[in-house]
Amino acid sequence: MKLGLLELWRRPLRFAIAGASLLLLSVLLLFLGGLLDGLFIGSTGLLRAQKAELVVYSSDAKDSLVRSRIDPDLRATVESVDGVAATGGLGVALVGGRVPGQDDLANLSVTGFELPVSSMPADVQLAPGQALADRSLRAAGVEVGQTVAVGSGQAPVEVVGWVDDTDYLQQGGFFVEPSTWRQVLAQSRPDSNLPDGTFQALVVQVADGAGAQEVADAIDAATAGATSTLTKEQAVSALPGIKEQDSTFSSIIYVTLFVAGLVVGLFFALLTLERLGMYAVFKAIGASSRQVFSSVVTQSVVVAGVSFAIGAIVMWLLTFVLPAEVPVALVPSRLVQTGVLLVVMSVLGAVVSLRRVVRVDPASAIG
Amino acid sequence: MPALELTNVRKTYTSGDAEIVALDHATLSVAEDEIVALVGPSGSGKTTLLSISGGLLTPTEGEVVVGGRDISGYSAQQLTEFRRSSVGFVFQSVNLVPFLTARENLVVVNDFGRRRGRKEARARAEKLLDELGLQRRMDNLPGQLSGGERQRVAIGRALMNEPDLVLIDEPTSALDTKLGEQVMELIVSEVKGRSTAAVIVTHDARMAHYADRTVTITDGVLAA
Ligand SMILES: Nc1ncnc2c1ncn2[C@@H]1O[C@H](COP(=O)(O)OP(=O)(O)OP(=O)(O)O)[C@@H](O)[C@H]1O
Ligand SMILES: [Mg+2]
Repeated sequence: MKLGLLELWRRPLRFAIAGASLLLLSVLLLFLGGLLDGLFIGSTGLLRAQKAELVVYSSDAKDSLVRSRIDPDLRATVESVDGVAATGGLGVALVGGRVPGQDDLANLSVTGFELPVSSMPADVQLAPGQALADRSLRAAGVEVGQTVAVGSGQAPVEVVGWVDDTDYLQQGGFFVEPSTWRQVLAQSRPDSNLPDGTFQALVVQVADGAGAQEVADAIDAATAGATSTLTKEQAVSALPGIKEQDSTFSSIIYVTLFVAGLVVGLFFALLTLERLGMYAVFKAIGASSRQVFSSVVTQSVVVAGVSFAIGAIVMWLLTFVLPAEVPVALVPSRLVQTGVLLVVMSVLGAVVSLRRVVRVDPASAIG
Repeated sequence: MPALELTNVRKTYTSGDAEIVALDHATLSVAEDEIVALVGPSGSGKTTLLSISGGLLTPTEGEVVVGGRDISGYSAQQLTEFRRSSVGFVFQSVNLVPFLTARENLVVVNDFGRRRGRKEARARAEKLLDELGLQRRMDNLPGQLSGGERQRVAIGRALMNEPDLVLIDEPTSALDTKLGEQVMELIVSEVKGRSTAAVIVTHDARMAHYADRTVTITDGVLAA
């Protein structure tokens, strides 16, 4: 094992080709993973930011905010259910916003809310015509103190502060009090004129000690099927495209990992072939097959680990130069997962050479 | 107890349909601190005899006893352990590990067997290299050493684990006469100083007088 490390240290160039290939594959893997995470984050922030366990849609809405309607009567029914501690109305309007001094419209997810989300102060108070904007909108030129003309009605809304990780379907979170949202919605989509008190959905805080799923079932029972209540996690994966994105990207990622395994396998097969003579000498002077093989595995792990570490740094640097339209996010858990999988594939790749290493005949050292 | 006892050892190679008899009913006994020179023309079976004695090859027939252990029926695993603990080889082509320094080439033998601590192994390696006149070359890689120096490192490696039997294949083939004689003298003094048995292969009869006894081999047949 130590022998393997020494060889790596003294002759790093021999491993340069494998290292470079793995570095490129690492960048590719992290880029794909980062894109998946970025898309996920940009689609689901609004729901994940809710400080509530459940989301209630009307049952004809197919779990989509914009199609859903909850009127005050229905809300009263929900609030009467055991285990419901608090509810908050929620509604969005996906519209463009004209930011002073910018040529392009900013994509806004104008969100009318009652319960503050996780990055807001608990006692948040917004006046009509005021908004807290998601920090991601800075890329579109949004600044605190600006007045943005929102939607087709060009409703003037002043940005008074920031929130974080609240984007919805790749549109920047733009949090306003409910009447401002209703106004924007009515101006931009005249067919969606909602009366006061009516929201698209409710978020529900479950009482201490009550099970979220049980309360959800109780709500749908109490409304006689007029609502479809999901846990926050279920609501996130019911968002349009989330499942499809996940399966598409995951399959590309797994194919790439497989290719990484092939690269390591091929490379170490060639390297082993080249070193059969040396391995024979090792065995002739008393090394066991296990000792020789463990040095091969050590080398593959170190080459993969180092390449991955450099790849991660390269990817991190890339995030600074990638345009804002490419929503790449570097998430620590993804980093760890990718690194571990890459190392595992490298070990599997090295195992391809196992048979050859075991079969090296020490007698061939004689010649 | 003799260091090496070969009894009626036969080794045949098959290549295609032909059967080559590399060693034919070889019987040889080497005493505990004896140096035997094995002399014979090219292709006569010298390397084959050495390989069988050191557990690198298994004989087709016959019995091989080294230091009282009958290794004829050993498994590959047992042979690995045997080579690690009981024999030292100097190969015909020197075969040092190219990315290890002279000292490390000796220490690595200990690493495989884990017989002594690192410090101790290092001290022993340095002592051997010192005796072999390589005190200034310990940190050089094989590529930075002359042919004779490499040969001496290989001798040091063979002696590293205090083997009962040292098997040396053509130690002087790559050297001129003078250096060849120096290397032979070194081997003799190292081996005698440790009362280890040795079989030294050479096809150069002039080198043979360094040994206690000369055995000749022709077409796989031994003659005293
Ligand atoms: N692996 C093998 N397969 C087939 N024949 C072999 C093999 N190894 C050796 N031989 C043959 O066995 C005979 C003895 O070979 P060996 O290597 O023992 O000779 P040697 O005396 O060491 O020769 P040299 O002085 O050239 O090193 C030769 O005829 C050789 O061609
Ligand atoms: Mg030979």
